[in-house]
Amino acid sequence: MPNYTLNINGEQRVVTADEDTPLLWILRDELNLVGTKFGCGIAQCGACTVHIDGAAARSCQIQVSVLSDIKITTIEGLSDDGKHPVQEAWKEIDVPQCGYCQAGQIMTASAFLAENNNPSTEEIRQAMHGNICRCASYNRIEKAVQVAASKLS
Amino acid sequence: MKSQLHTNFSRRNFLKTSVLASGGLLIGFNFLQACKPEAKMPVDIASLNFNDFNAFIKISDDGYVTLFSPNPEIGQGVKTAMPMIIAEELDVDWSKVNVVQGALDTKNFTRQVAGGSQSIRSGWDALRQTGATAKQMLINAAAVKWNVDAATCKASKGIITNANGDQLGYGAVVKEAAALPIPEDVKLKETKEYTIIGKDAINVDMDKIITGKPLFGLDYKADNMVIASVLRPPAFGQSLLDFDDSKAKAVNGVTDVIKFGDKIAVLANSTWAAMKGKKALTATWKDNKPESTENHDTILTEILDGNKFDTRREDGNVKQAFAKADKIIERTYHSPFLPHNCLEPMNFYADVTEDKVHLVGPIQTPQWTVSKVAKLLDRKVEDIHCEMTRMGGGFGRRLYGDFALEAAEISSIAKKPIKVIFSREDDMTAGTYRPAIKYRIKAALKDGAVTAYYLKEAAINGNMYGLIPNFFPAGCIPNFKVDTANYKSNITTGAWRAPYTNFLAYAEQSFFDELATELGIDTIQLRLNLLQNVKGTTDKKIEYSGQRMEDTIKLVREKANWGNVSAGVHQGFAAYYSHNTHVAEVADIVLKDGLPVIKKVTVAVDCGILVNPTGAKNQVEGGVLDGIGHAMYADFSFKDGKPEYQNFDKYRLIRMQETPQVAVHFVQNDKKPTGLGEPGLPPAGGAVANAIHAALGKRLYSQPFINQLKKESILG
Repeated sequence: MPNYTLNINGEQRVVTADEDTPLLWILRDELNLVGTKFGCGIAQCGACTVHIDGAAARSCQIQVSVLSDIKITTIEGLSDDGKHPVQEAWKEIDVPQCGYCQAGQIMTASAFLAENNNPSTEEIRQAMHGNICRCASYNRIEKAVQVAASKLS
Repeated sequence: MKSQLHTNFSRRNFLKTSVLASGGLLIGFNFLQACKPEAKMPVDIASLNFNDFNAFIKISDDGYVTLFSPNPEIGQGVKTAMPMIIAEELDVDWSKVNVVQGALDTKNFTRQVAGGSQSIRSGWDALRQTGATAKQMLINAAAVKWNVDAATCKASKGIITNANGDQLGYGAVVKEAAALPIPEDVKLKETKEYTIIGKDAINVDMDKIITGKPLFGLDYKADNMVIASVLRPPAFGQSLLDFDDSKAKAVNGVTDVIKFGDKIAVLANSTWAAMKGKKALTATWKDNKPESTENHDTILTEILDGNKFDTRREDGNVKQAFAKADKIIERTYHSPFLPHNCLEPMNFYADVTEDKVHLVGPIQTPQWTVSKVAKLLDRKVEDIHCEMTRMGGGFGRRLYGDFALEAAEISSIAKKPIKVIFSREDDMTAGTYRPAIKYRIKAALKDGAVTAYYLKEAAINGNMYGLIPNFFPAGCIPNFKVDTANYKSNITTGAWRAPYTNFLAYAEQSFFDELATELGIDTIQLRLNLLQNVKGTTDKKIEYSGQRMEDTIKLVREKANWGNVSAGVHQGFAAYYSHNTHVAEVADIVLKDGLPVIKKVTVAVDCGILVNPTGAKNQVEGGVLDGIGHAMYADFSFKDGKPEYQNFDKYRLIRMQETPQVAVHFVQNDKKPTGLGEPGLPPAGGAVANAIHAALGKRLYSQPFINQLKKESILG
């Protein structure tokens, strides 16, 4: 199996894997970064969302072989201390129920707010529409994105 | 948890204390048996060790408190709320409390199950008693140290104070406390004295969740663990004839292929390799009575048209009342099967060795699982250690330990530590589904009142209503009958969030809405009129309270501005009692380009004392949106025994743009708290269906609503 050098959370990490292995499983199985979750494997639920050069992307759909020289950020690298404004907002609003989807929600929200820190309610609802929360904590996710936006603007 | 030196037991409270080798006091208790007056100690009390308890309080020398929460956390918030109850009576500073999920290492625990919204309700007395006993123990120890009467000492926020104003922290007396007898009679706080209960406490796992720390079963890792991906019969009823694993074995990373029963497990050193290996298997299967949704539909209709039923409740003379009716209304409601779709797919770790069986994973019923694994592997229950992880949703699916049994069986054959991981497709197609059901409800109207009510249920496998015939409207209508019948299917079915009522509540509440229209009276007024008949009932079987339901309905009527909303807003009402909690909901719908858009749902809840308001609201908000999502969109069907939905590309779960805002209001009272994991869900579908009727004049008779709306070209 070939080696790949990946830039993850500011570190160079070398992994040995088949070229078709999705980034999701590299993160979870090879690098022990299990904050990125597996939900559907077909880019429908958003649980595996990470940042690829700052943009939200589904790690279950990105093969390890296409990732050299690309900056990857996972939930573990979103902030040093868990105090990214989006994380703070999540805590303030007490968003999670089971908590499983929340890393993906936070990654989607943080990438979205980096582009637009003064979003309308409709823009937030549209931006977060791709992330499923099976516990349906949607009202709180929506509110937390608003709170995070106010922290960022 | 190594303990030594002094140990003390309390027969009455099932408590045991010990000084820890590492310093600090450990109090072990059996959180339910503690308060059962009839409880009998199953073994000689002196021989008990800490493995006999399922919950612990550890107070360290520095005054920090660790609570080992006994119940599995599936997202319903008990890992936060149950320790809050102990901490309240123990009187410690909540910020100094650390909460840890306890393992299943007990043989005497009672209800270490997450299901039926019962954790808080059943733990309420015992948890308070335990906290109060521990507090008294510490006060007694301080009193001995000061040589004063314990009755003159008080404790608050982890500090004991005597009449002279001297103070000692809990940490300073833990060693002494362990040596003293455990107090048998302690006074519990009055509701008004609460400082932790009733105050918002954020999820105790919050920091780990928002920073992506390992918490869930899928995150668990052990040395030398391999991943198992399992090929199961694609259709229900099928058995395995033959298979070819040559291509699977050629996949990089695949280590073994194991046949067990009618299933084949591909073991690999990574999840991706295991999944690829499974896809590379080819197998032939033998059919056995494959079932389809189309057949089910016919079968359930035939059952309703027939006369073979079990009568679950019968009051008055239904036949006569129908004969004398001015008008008879009869409607039939249909629901599909539903998969649970926990976002964390089913998974479980097992390491079966000659010495022991180690199980780790997300499970709502650890005790059941251990006993089943013991039976499967012909092992002693004592040899099996089961650790529970946080669960990425449960909704009833993780009550069934099929995946844990698979893991144990594969590990025992492979002689390796393994973790079974379901793909989403595995999870959706090897489910224990909410069964498809049909209800036919008939009512007699006479002189402007409902004089008879007759409900027939036809369900796949289980009878839902069979267990709850004493809910509303039982007791409200003089002539009342509930009949049930079922069809035995080879499709596995089971509990799904708010079992029995998740669909029934919509059918019934939609039916009453129609009756109100027919009678020409306000739909809320009709419910209130009916509830007058059950107040003061002497029928002990009636489970709900007419008064509490009325108060809940009146609260939602006020908060939703019922009948007093701006033009263009259409409201729908539903109320339902389930899982010991009374709930009433009003949905507000507007039409946008002629299509219904749910804007808001106002909810009133009577769950007694609110332990953790933010957690309680979260449960209700989620329950309502979950109820709406499944009522609106969730379809699931079978063809030739195979599920026709496999993943979220086709199976539709509610997403943010479809969600209304949910406003939750609680009825204030001092009654014993009841659960909230489920009760918010059942009324939601009915409230929405009734609002859609208000907006469009259409009655909806089957779920998902979107199918009927599409058929009638209302939704494209």
